[in-house]
Amino acid sequence: MKSGRCWLAVVCFASAFKCLLVPSYHSTDFEVHRNWLALTHKLPLSKWYYEDTSEWTLDYPPLFAWFEWLLSHFAAAVDPKIVEVKHLNYESWQCILFQRLSVIGSDLVLAYAIKEYFSSMLQSGKGSSGREKLVTLSVLLLFNTGLLLVDHIHFQYNGMLFGILLLSIAKLKQGSVLCGAFWFAVLLNFKHIYLYVAPAYFVYLLRSYCFEKTGPSNWFPHLSNFLPRNLVKLGAVVVAVFGISFGPFIILGQLDQVLIRLFPFKRGLSHAYWAPNFWALYNFADKLAIRVGSYFGLSLTNVSGQALLTGGLVGDIGHSVLPTVTPFSTIVLTLLSVLPALFKVWCRPTDFNGFLRCIVLCAFGSFLCGWHVHEKAILLVLVPLSLLAVCHSSDAAVFVVLSTTGHVSLFPLLFLQAESLLKIILTLLYLMFSYYAWRSICCGTKEMKDELKLRVYQLPSIYLGGLVIIQFYCIVVHPLAPFADGLPFFPLMLTSVYCALGVVAAWFQCYVTMLKD
Amino acid sequence: MLGCIDSVVCILVLIADVLIYFPAVCVFCKMFCLKTSSLYKAAVALVMLLQPSLVLIDHGHFQYNCVSLGLTLWAIIGLGSGKDLLGSAAFVLALSYKQMELYHATPFFFYLLGKCLHEETIYRKLLKLSKIGCTVVGTFVLCWLPFLTTKEMAMQVCHRLFPFARGLFEDKVANFWFSASLIFKMRDIISQTRLIQLTVLTTLLMLLPSSWNLVRKPTFNRFLVALVNSSLTFFLFSYQVHEKSILLAALPLTLLLVECPFPGVWFHTVATFSMSPLLQRDGLSLASVAMLVIFVTASLIVFNPLETIWTKVMYTSSCMGMAVLQFGLNFLQPPSRYPDLFPVLISAYCCLHFLVFLAYFHYVQFSLDKPSPMYWSDQTLEDQTTSDVDKKTI
Repeated sequence: MKSGRCWLAVVCFASAFKCLLVPSYHSTDFEVHRNWLALTHKLPLSKWYYEDTSEWTLDYPPLFAWFEWLLSHFAAAVDPKIVEVKHLNYESWQCILFQRLSVIGSDLVLAYAIKEYFSSMLQSGKGSSGREKLVTLSVLLLFNTGLLLVDHIHFQYNGMLFGILLLSIAKLKQGSVLCGAFWFAVLLNFKHIYLYVAPAYFVYLLRSYCFEKTGPSNWFPHLSNFLPRNLVKLGAVVVAVFGISFGPFIILGQLDQVLIRLFPFKRGLSHAYWAPNFWALYNFADKLAIRVGSYFGLSLTNVSGQALLTGGLVGDIGHSVLPTVTPFSTIVLTLLSVLPALFKVWCRPTDFNGFLRCIVLCAFGSFLCGWHVHEKAILLVLVPLSLLAVCHSSDAAVFVVLSTTGHVSLFPLLFLQAESLLKIILTLLYLMFSYYAWRSICCGTKEMKDELKLRVYQLPSIYLGGLVIIQFYCIVVHPLAPFADGLPFFPLMLTSVYCALGVVAAWFQCYVTMLKD
Repeated sequence: MLGCIDSVVCILVLIADVLIYFPAVCVFCKMFCLKTSSLYKAAVALVMLLQPSLVLIDHGHFQYNCVSLGLTLWAIIGLGSGKDLLGSAAFVLALSYKQMELYHATPFFFYLLGKCLHEETIYRKLLKLSKIGCTVVGTFVLCWLPFLTTKEMAMQVCHRLFPFARGLFEDKVANFWFSASLIFKMRDIISQTRLIQLTVLTTLLMLLPSSWNLVRKPTFNRFLVALVNSSLTFFLFSYQVHEKSILLAALPLTLLLVECPFPGVWFHTVATFSMSPLLQRDGLSLASVAMLVIFVTASLIVFNPLETIWTKVMYTSSCMGMAVLQFGLNFLQPPSRYPDLFPVLISAYCCLHFLVFLAYFHYVQFSLDKPSPMYWSDQTLEDQTTSDVDKKTI
């Protein structure tokens, strides 16, 4: 079968399957986006970042607001009541159908970007292996369990945003640097979480585009190789995009307000449900120390004296035993964690895989050490990692384990019974597919297949087994346990800490691969 | 609390499906599929399991059709692999689970009768007949004994199972009588007893040709096509038919997807569409469209049904009609004089399709002697099953 037809079949299957998820549970994010449709439609530009009738204020950059404005016209045609600002929590079937279909439609951007990424490989005639990789990547991204759980059930627009990221990477791969930079700048103005990977882009573009390519490992390029014209071109593109996006607000003098809305640092180190990062382990160690301390008679409470093992609140809570963490220290730690990767890219400007790896490590670093990280940010690691995993078996092994860990860490987002079986089955199917697809693509010889089997069947499968046991406890045992009422946060904490161990191990593995390369 | 019960019911239907229907489909594909590649057989099994009407009714509307259809499928497998007694027992169980399986009863009866009559000596004929008869009666008695202790109880059971008092048709259904009554009101002209007699007579008459053909040449291929003919005849001409009864015709057509992909895929599209008023009431309209897209795309990949220009033209024009009617059903307000305009139009449209399918499958059944009827695969199932039984390759 031709690769175009295979890809089209996968897109049809994925879109139709997502239509089946329309009636499922949706979170408050649904109301968030409905509110944004309403306020961009009804209010003038000057009020967009000031409007707070609803608690879900606009906290994405301006281009996303323009996207919502565009959608709001269609929404108004479907049902005018959707775009009334005062209709808080409006949920007619037209509203649900419209919003769900808009997410499914915007996922086509991701589908297009995947095709674009492989277009050069397909055209150069790498035939069947290119087609296999196209179909595998299409299934792994369009049917990504994490994206299904977050976008099509919980409700967000990540599919489209990852599509733009992939498009920018594809353009860079094809050599259209300005195009790639343009799309990345657009992406940053859609959702600023992609700042996590901005350092990788910055270093790579500076080194590969603004300096002449003089050799494979030239860590200190000569100033004579500097190409100021390219820097100007690049800068112009980026500044133009930011100008179009933020310009109106700068003119209105609202830049401060926009920045406050975009970067709400008062929200605390961890979300109510801890993202499985380094700070989850840090929080857990702190609570454990308090418990151990109280066992030995030391009375240690945190700054506000709140209940500890039962709590998981959003807000600025300080630690008691371990030093309190400040936003500045998280930024410093994040930068420290990504510096080696950035340095490697700086030294090897022609290595595109190195750049991809750097994106993954930047996303990892920010996820592990960032301030107020959401668990959904693990997708930012998984999507670029899948691009690497298509070609390298060591990355494939990490991907199989990390994707499962990441998807399980998303389970607490969907806490209703109706979705319990669905999320488990989707995760299991994805795990099986990713493992077998990778085996057949990455491992040409029997030795490589055995090697992959060995790597996955040792420590990682023990870890995955532990994951199953923990989820069984959280979903089945804990709700029925007599002590459950006193410890509502315990299963969340357990999931969070255990997944954090897996994520840290995967990060370590990725770093080792990068340093060996 | 209610949410909990809903989840439990969902899971129970899923468990019943996985335990009974799924293995039956897999075993059928493994034993009777044309090509020997196991990847192809797995792909065929997957497409069969994705049959949209069954998935939507069982897991959307909530029924347990998968149990009776699964048991019938086990019965078909039994008959196909030569284990007639087990097959008959399985069919009696299916019948005792849901009396709608009577739609499939005549081909089972005539196929087994034909097999008996084709034995060499009279002794062997009688022996086979009595073995099958005993199995059937024995299984039947085992299932029904607790409910047939008194005559009143037996009568009440019959009354509940065959509610003739409910009328010629329950709701708008793609049935011949419903469509005919659009033109002249039968219920007003003819009395109820006469109507019952008329429908029984018509059904029996329509069943005769395919049953006679099956008795004379009892082969497995013919049996499958006769199942289609019988269930479609009952659906179109019988008394008190539900829209969901089309599932009974959909089962043998699912099995014949490999042999006749184009009519099979087209039939499933029409069958799912014929239930759209019911699905719309359950809020499953979008789900039905999505399931159809998944099923048709999967069939296009595995079977390639739309090879010639004629098949493409016929299927596309039929689908366009269905799309228009579906749009009307979901988004347009019918005129106040005809509030049920769209369900009625849908039923009439599907009835026309079903009559054409009935005629086509009668043609297929009668031309199975000659090589490859139109839209039928070149290698017949018959050759495969006899060679399989000979080589004992399962």
